[in-house]
Amino acid sequence: MKKKSIWPKVYLAFIFIVLYAPIFYLMFYSFNSGGTMNNFEGFTLDWYKELFGDKRLLIIVLNTIIVALLSAAIATMIGVIGALSIVYMRKKTTKQALLSLNNVLIVSPDVIIGASFLILFTMAGIKLGFTSVLLSHIAFSIPIVVIMVLPKLEEMSMSLIDAARDLGASPWDVLSKVILPYISPGIFAGFFMALTYSLDDFAVTFFVTGNGFSTLSVEIYSLARRGISLNINALSTLLFLFTIILVAGYYFIMQRNSRAAEAGVRK
Amino acid sequence: MNSKTRLFYLLPYVLWIGLFVVTPILLVVYYSFFDLHGNFTFANYEKLFTFVYMKMIASSFWYAFLITVFCLLIAYPAAYFITKTKYKQLLLLLVILPSWINLLLKAYAFLGIFSTYGAANNFLEVVGIGAQQILFTDFSFVFVSVYIFIPFMLLPIFNALDKLNPALIDASRDLGASAWTTFRKVVFPLTLSGVKSGVQAVFIPALSLFMITRLIAGNRVITLGTAIEQHFLVTQDWGMGSAIAVFLIITMFVIMIVTGTRKRGIQ
Repeated sequence: MKKKSIWPKVYLAFIFIVLYAPIFYLMFYSFNSGGTMNNFEGFTLDWYKELFGDKRLLIIVLNTIIVALLSAAIATMIGVIGALSIVYMRKKTTKQALLSLNNVLIVSPDVIIGASFLILFTMAGIKLGFTSVLLSHIAFSIPIVVIMVLPKLEEMSMSLIDAARDLGASPWDVLSKVILPYISPGIFAGFFMALTYSLDDFAVTFFVTGNGFSTLSVEIYSLARRGISLNINALSTLLFLFTIILVAGYYFIMQRNSRAAEAGVRK
Repeated sequence: MNSKTRLFYLLPYVLWIGLFVVTPILLVVYYSFFDLHGNFTFANYEKLFTFVYMKMIASSFWYAFLITVFCLLIAYPAAYFITKTKYKQLLLLLVILPSWINLLLKAYAFLGIFSTYGAANNFLEVVGIGAQQILFTDFSFVFVSVYIFIPFMLLPIFNALDKLNPALIDASRDLGASAWTTFRKVVFPLTLSGVKSGVQAVFIPALSLFMITRLIAGNRVITLGTAIEQHFLVTQDWGMGSAIAVFLIITMFVIMIVTGTRKRGIQ
């Protein structure tokens, strides 16, 4: 028996305290009636009341959710189609080329994506605003969906498709009754990841959003640049709870998906 | 599957690759050859090699290097200790969870903690060092960045350590190697692929994130990302911004090749 040292536990405890302290610090001061993040004067829910009374902010939240749901849905459709076309690609080199191109947007820094999309939309004459934000969110979500769906497709046995065809299924039947149900856990996971990427994105949106349109991240940034306002604390408390619900949902899907292939770290 | 359905699958996806992956990169390269008045020029690249820009690039690399090294030094032991505990999946989830919280909110929390009368300065007062200017310094920038990037470094290292066969460590110890030699000659080389993906996941964003520098470091730290954002959204000099973006893309490819994982020694 090796002697168990206490230091690993102390070290891990320290890491976790440092990781979570800022988040709880933020949440704690959302109940401060003092108006600063320094001394806690008394308990209040005023900041939450102010938050829910802010019409402009509510519209921004709504915008963010609409963009996230729409972009995730469209990206999931195109992503699934893309994954299908990659898997059934006959030529190895084309397949590799497509896969590499697919990963370009995943590894590219956000600033590059944002700046290049800004040029693209300006050249194409698309007005900056809802359309440009939605299009860019769809664009950077597609490769994530492809990455989540591909392993499921590759694990599926080709004989399932052959069997369906032999039994007289049309290509559409094969797709809707055999392939899609089989890969549905991957599709859900992809949709979920796309949703959270869109909700969380700041840098790309910041570049392609014009003056009239704003999402929550962009709004938080412009508020934070002006300094401390406990509205943001209240907002982050709500977002933190929402994030926990999302993560719980995601892990629930991955669990059903059996042994989570990759635990997702956000970019 | 016949060729007509294959083409049907391929079309929207290939259209996406063409429009949102290939075109934007080409546009950035194209724009980097034009000055403010739309004349063709190499001046942007010439400017990139002047002292001012070289200094900016060097400091950006230096900060990214510091951030990566600190992340590695903190995350490696943490990942190692987590693999040794009974609740490793739960602890891993706890490490990942903060990475799902909006990056801006985490940066904003430090605006409060590092402020003149914030928690960090209160602590320094109690210890007897006395209040310092923490916000808008290089220290705060590196600290906050390390805080934000730790999960991205920890996850790949954890995965590599988790796959490591414990019999190898026992064998090494049985053959008389000290704990340090075992780590240096067995554990570390076998988890190098995890370290490499961690470095990749930290170094490139550390070069390119502009919101942390803007919020936390004031204008004291200028990274490649900050410079690109500045040129695109403030001075409107898209040509120069594109030239820096091209430089960042090339850097990214070099880093990817250098840290490219060849998956040796890990089952």
